[in-house]
Amino acid sequence: MNVREKTRYIQPDTLIGKRIPKMDAPEKASGKTRYIHDIDLPGQLYGKILRSERVHARIVSIDTAAARALPGVHAVITAADIVDQRPIGVAKDHLPLKTDKVRSLRDEVAAVAAESEQIALEALRLIKVEYEDLPILTDPAEAIKPGATLIHPEPRQHASEEALKPSGPIAFTGKPDNIAMRFDYCHGDVVQAEAESDVVVEDTFKLHYVTHCCMGVSGMIADFDSSGNLLMYSNTQVPFLHKREFGEILNMDPARIRIIQPSIGGGFGSKLDIYPFEVICVFLARAAKRPVKLVFTREEEFISSPTRQPVLLTLRSGCKKDGSLTFRTVHTLHDNGAYTSWGATTPFVMMQTFSSLYRVPNCDYHTTAVYTNNPYAGSFRGYGNLQATFAVEAHMDKMAEAIGMDTIDFRLKNAQEQGEVTGQGMEFDSCGFKECLTTASDRSDFRRKFAENVKNQNSPDPIKRGIGIASMLHVGGGAKIYPSDGCGTILKLDDFGQATLITGASEIGQGSETVLSQLVCEELGLPMSAITVINNDTAITPWDVGVHASRTTFIAGNSALGAARLAKAKILAAAAKKFDCPAEELDLRGGCVIKAANGEVLIDLPRLMRNLHFSDKAELVMTTFYYEPPSSYQDKRYKGNVSAAYAWASQVVEVEVDTETGIVKMNKITAAHDVGRVLNRLGIEGQIEGGVVMGQGYALTESLIIENGVTRNPNFRDYKLVTAPEIPEIEIAFIESMDGEGPQGAKGVGEAPAICVAAATANAIYNATGVRIYGLPFTPERVYRALHGKGEKLYLAPQKAA
Amino acid sequence: MSLTHDIEFTLNGVKRRASVRLDMSALDMLREVIGLTGTKYGCGEGECGACTILVDDMSLNSCLMFAVDCQGRNVVTIEGLAADAKADALRAAFVEHGAVQCGYCTPGMVMQASHLLATHQDADAESIKRGIEGNLCRCTGYTKIVEAIASVSQAGKGGARP
Repeated sequence: MNVREKTRYIQPDTLIGKRIPKMDAPEKASGKTRYIHDIDLPGQLYGKILRSERVHARIVSIDTAAARALPGVHAVITAADIVDQRPIGVAKDHLPLKTDKVRSLRDEVAAVAAESEQIALEALRLIKVEYEDLPILTDPAEAIKPGATLIHPEPRQHASEEALKPSGPIAFTGKPDNIAMRFDYCHGDVVQAEAESDVVVEDTFKLHYVTHCCMGVSGMIADFDSSGNLLMYSNTQVPFLHKREFGEILNMDPARIRIIQPSIGGGFGSKLDIYPFEVICVFLARAAKRPVKLVFTREEEFISSPTRQPVLLTLRSGCKKDGSLTFRTVHTLHDNGAYTSWGATTPFVMMQTFSSLYRVPNCDYHTTAVYTNNPYAGSFRGYGNLQATFAVEAHMDKMAEAIGMDTIDFRLKNAQEQGEVTGQGMEFDSCGFKECLTTASDRSDFRRKFAENVKNQNSPDPIKRGIGIASMLHVGGGAKIYPSDGCGTILKLDDFGQATLITGASEIGQGSETVLSQLVCEELGLPMSAITVINNDTAITPWDVGVHASRTTFIAGNSALGAARLAKAKILAAAAKKFDCPAEELDLRGGCVIKAANGEVLIDLPRLMRNLHFSDKAELVMTTFYYEPPSSYQDKRYKGNVSAAYAWASQVVEVEVDTETGIVKMNKITAAHDVGRVLNRLGIEGQIEGGVVMGQGYALTESLIIENGVTRNPNFRDYKLVTAPEIPEIEIAFIESMDGEGPQGAKGVGEAPAICVAAATANAIYNATGVRIYGLPFTPERVYRALHGKGEKLYLAPQKAA
Repeated sequence: MSLTHDIEFTLNGVKRRASVRLDMSALDMLREVIGLTGTKYGCGEGECGACTILVDDMSLNSCLMFAVDCQGRNVVTIEGLAADAKADALRAAFVEHGAVQCGYCTPGMVMQASHLLATHQDADAESIKRGIEGNLCRCTGYTKIVEAIASVSQAGKGGARP
């Protein structure tokens, strides 16, 4: 006889808001995680790229004979060897291997696959390229002038007639001017609004080059099977978009392309576009008929990776004496570099900040992205918002001062609120902006310190203290810029109650695998140990747009939650049948089916799963869900509710400025973030701390120095990342606005923390010294010069709208 | 062609031989000749700390050390910390405190932290920051790394938070 088990009860508990360690951290901390650099395939060759030695030149000849003759070399390729090379990039203006011309120092001229890296490098040295120099164009203000040297002038002679049609790609048809892209946006009437303004301010800001500096350098492995199917081991953040795009670029059926992502050593937006090295790696594998691995050196990473978009920006803003904003007019000039990647499209995000961070009844925004011979700009955490926020928040302080209003009150008067629909058509269903402002200012004792610092500006002490605030708005519920902004999930439970979450969402270090698991486990009443995540193979995982726009927790989270809810319904229905009670009276908790009313355990999940599986009907619990957010495409005038939710933040930065040396020390950052709801406290703190320090680097230390098209500091010695002793104290306040659409109320936070730091630092330096600096970064030299009346004079002539 | 040289040294407690090119770094030897990939290439010029190993109990950048100079020495890599109870606590602290994101800098960071705590048992937050200033991390902003190390240092065990 069975002894009847004692009745067990399980008390309610939740995973939401807890500090959940990252699931892959134990492997990473033991050195067992395999990144692209750690993977070798049998028979693998090593690829290396020969880059241009000139900034702008015609390629007269390339002699590869000696390289081809070197023992151990399996393939040497130039553009001439690739029949039907197709252009890559946002504007299709970029051929992976350059045909007749190099347009920047990073340009790919030839590539080699050899049995070792040493042999490949030796082969590169044997390739002789003859160049004929062309005029170098590195100033976008010059590049835009009529008569300037053209970066993409030609129709190419060797391209097919098809490619030369006016609708063909720029890489073949050329371009009659150096304008890569234009963006023109407006709502309201800025002319009328200016006439009605009591105060008008105008300034030009200069935002510099920085680069991602992922600790793991770029790389990939390409391998064709004997049927011609392509397998790529890739670091991409957007595997499904790349599958389709690679199909186009390689002229092969995307269905025959499979992408596996090994663990990725940092992304930050750097892995959103297809880069020449990836296509070249495939070309080499195809030519050599062997797997080819191509990994960058750090120097190569600095020289040939895309940068954050450098911007020259003129902002004109107005307000009334009562503190209400009247208008903003913005002209920006983007240095596109020689080719067009995502950097040119950062105006999508920049204009949101100008039009919608504060209530502005009238706004005009114009961007011209211009080709030059500089390195090209890509996407980078924040996507133009660091640049836009830098300008907007300087003017918020300036106007508050001009009308004699407290700077926090001025912001509160103009801050967006829940329910607002902005001039650009963004709808704020949840909005904790005002709470972010008051929390950051109260916690940092902003008003008292601000007034005290102003008083001390003329004290004899050379060390001045400053405090500054800046706020930001960013998409927090995806961004509908592709035909779908969705994510798919497959969820299965096995006979032992172990769940497997198969998600389209990539893990690039941000902790998506953990937060998605948490959402599923919360729904199914499982411990975190009862879930496995599969997220890195396009042959297995369902479609997802990719890791961008701070969207993964929100979009993939809702998708995972949808699949979990379906699984839960199925499990509870089975239990209801077994125990002959309504499913509504049951719940899942602690790995068991319980009575919802009192937590009494009815059956443990593994047993129920086996009951279901090995019954007459023989069923498994396997569910799928595709989540598409309720956002909309922007129209041609860039209007529309592009995201299903919006994230808000206010950050207060406290600095000490040494007026004798120009050294700015960042002491403390108080960061108040409207995150909707905290899901994984440990993970979200890590995102904010990491983002803040990235913002600190942008503000104080990081600068990719490009002189006449040459990157002067392609190493960590001269490109200064923030190190541990320099970090400020970071106090984080979470504003939980409980977004109605967000998973468990959460909104995206990935990019937000990096956005405000430089803007708030500029305001803090002004508060400390009475001197405003319009260019970044705030190096001792720039600050010292500005304090001694030798700051840069910046001016950008307004561009005509298209 | 490059010349090779046979060396004999102790790697993670085990005596072994290796045949290495004269111009090869200890980092390349570990990864390519021996096949231990826990030690990472980050910059190749001693600026980032991702390749930190211990040689005769000193922490150093393996990218700056010639492989042939390992001759007769006692070399410990992240894989060698597997059998070390103190390192277990340190690794667990990195996990519990959220000190790991993309994880690429983590092995070097753990090696450096392990060396720091071996030489400065009671390191406080400020000395921990100094202790890891040669190790770059792009994800975490260092705060949680410092907290993790402090939690296993003698100073940290008293409840002190950085």
